[in-house]
Amino acid sequence: MRQKLSVVFMLLLSIILFACQSPDQASSEQANSDSKKAYIENKGSDTLVNLALAWAEEYQLLNPGVQISVTGGGSGTGFAALINGTISIANASRQIKPEEIEAANENGFEPIEFIVADDAIAVIVNPENPVDNLSLEQVSKIYKGEISNWLEVGGEDRPIVKLSRETNSGTHVYFLETVIRLGDKEDRSIFSADTLLLPSSEGIIVEVRDNPNAIGYDGLGYVTENVKMVALSQGANDEYILPSAATVISGNYPISRHLFMYTHGEPKGAELAYLEWILSSGAQEIITELGFVPVISN
Amino acid sequence: MRKSEKLITNTIRIAGSSTILFILLIFVFLMKEGLPTIQEISIGDLLSKRWYPIEELYGILPLISGSLIVTIFSMVIAFPLGIGTAIYIGEIAPPGLKEILKPLVEVLAGIPSVVLGFIGILVLSPMMRTGLKLPTGLTALTGSILLALISIPTIVSIAEDALYAVPNSYREAAYALGATHWQIIWYVVLPAGRSGILNAVMLGVGRSLGETMAVMMVTGNAPTLFSGLNSFISPVRTMTATIASEMGEVASGSSHYHVLFFIGILLFLFSLIINITSSTLSARPKRGKDQVIS
Repeated sequence: MRQKLSVVFMLLLSIILFACQSPDQASSEQANSDSKKAYIENKGSDTLVNLALAWAEEYQLLNPGVQISVTGGGSGTGFAALINGTISIANASRQIKPEEIEAANENGFEPIEFIVADDAIAVIVNPENPVDNLSLEQVSKIYKGEISNWLEVGGEDRPIVKLSRETNSGTHVYFLETVIRLGDKEDRSIFSADTLLLPSSEGIIVEVRDNPNAIGYDGLGYVTENVKMVALSQGANDEYILPSAATVISGNYPISRHLFMYTHGEPKGAELAYLEWILSSGAQEIITELGFVPVISN
Repeated sequence: MRKSEKLITNTIRIAGSSTILFILLIFVFLMKEGLPTIQEISIGDLLSKRWYPIEELYGILPLISGSLIVTIFSMVIAFPLGIGTAIYIGEIAPPGLKEILKPLVEVLAGIPSVVLGFIGILVLSPMMRTGLKLPTGLTALTGSILLALISIPTIVSIAEDALYAVPNSYREAAYALGATHWQIIWYVVLPAGRSGILNAVMLGVGRSLGETMAVMMVTGNAPTLFSGLNSFISPVRTMTATIASEMGEVASGSSHYHVLFFIGILLFLFSLIINITSSTLSARPKRGKDQVIS
């Protein structure tokens, strides 16, 4: 008897669920078939994802005829999806690699690059950590495992726990090339093996917030109040500079980079209009609100 | 009547053989995508000590060592707790309590591993760091504790079934000989349920080895090689976490892609070995006094 009742209950439940869902489904199907409704699929860099979401929301308010879906996953993931043809715009925090262009060409299209914002990479430590300044060379040595105690860079006697994003992150690759190898293309040094590779930017912020031994890096837009940014200098004798929009624009902060969007061939129609809007002053204002740096001055 | 019977028999036959077919297909797919690794990357490189795929360093030893460390230590925790719980539920707990405990263990089995991972990051890992004075709480030990939590329900429910399957007449016979409750559990029930208990542990090992999400969130994912006892309290990177975090980015057909599938083959082989060990152990002919116990 009980079993019968539960079967009836399940049936009822599924009918109710189905009834709830069907109008939505019907309307979305209608939307897809409606030729006026343009649909842009946008995926890639986790650094860019918040900014891309903010843009998409604003743009959809201004243009109700356009629907934009934004997902993260890492720059590499975005390029893979662009190459496989599942999305129309890829977000990236690094430039596309020659192999990726080759793979795109094999699939019959040329990826087109747009610089949509600038971003500083902030090196962050726990607020309890007395270290305020580091030279790029010191950061490089820390991540290569040559410096393993905070004492060696003027801090307390604590082991250094190095945090990094996973290897599919554009930020990881940028940090490797610009900081660990100090921009030297011949240099083949890499992160020391005991560097913790965390799957998300939030993971790094949480660990740095809680752990006084930790050092991490993240895009300026991700840095929260409860971690401390370290001022960096290019060489040991140069001035130490904190990351901010102003120091990135002036070119004084040593580690900043472009953020990109790549399209599946020359953009047309809705995508072209969207990218043009992103590079307009209205959209670039949103960049500043989110802690990134605009690429065009108003 | 005969017709419908035939239909049912055939349906069951198809259902049964489809499992074999699926396993075969998975195996063929894994081999097809993973075996090119052997041509592309020399054995020496595969057995090197560094995993850093963007520089084409494909040393898988740190990953294997990471998986083994986490799995073994999780079993050290889960085995006594799991078997103890099973004995308590099966042999000691009064019927009322038993009715509460059993479903609770099943609820534990139903908690998604991502949720446990969150608890691991926000609660367990800071506790580990401050409690054990470690440089970081994202270590193999933290992962092992989470894995133990994940595999305990499997161990408990299978071991409990094994104990339940021990005929009551054994217990009654032992009572009649004047044995205490503890003596009955230790000398009669446990030996009689031995093969089922072994099975429970082996399935627990399989569960730990294959778990991905919780491990990825709390072990720090640093590809360090086993270097003595210290490795238990250092960050490690497991095979499953590597596949999960890197699969999304690889271009299909690249060496990196093939290596990830190769790691998949290794995982498949490991679980095959576990299953074979468990079935040979439980099928081993019983000697002497155990003979009557089946």
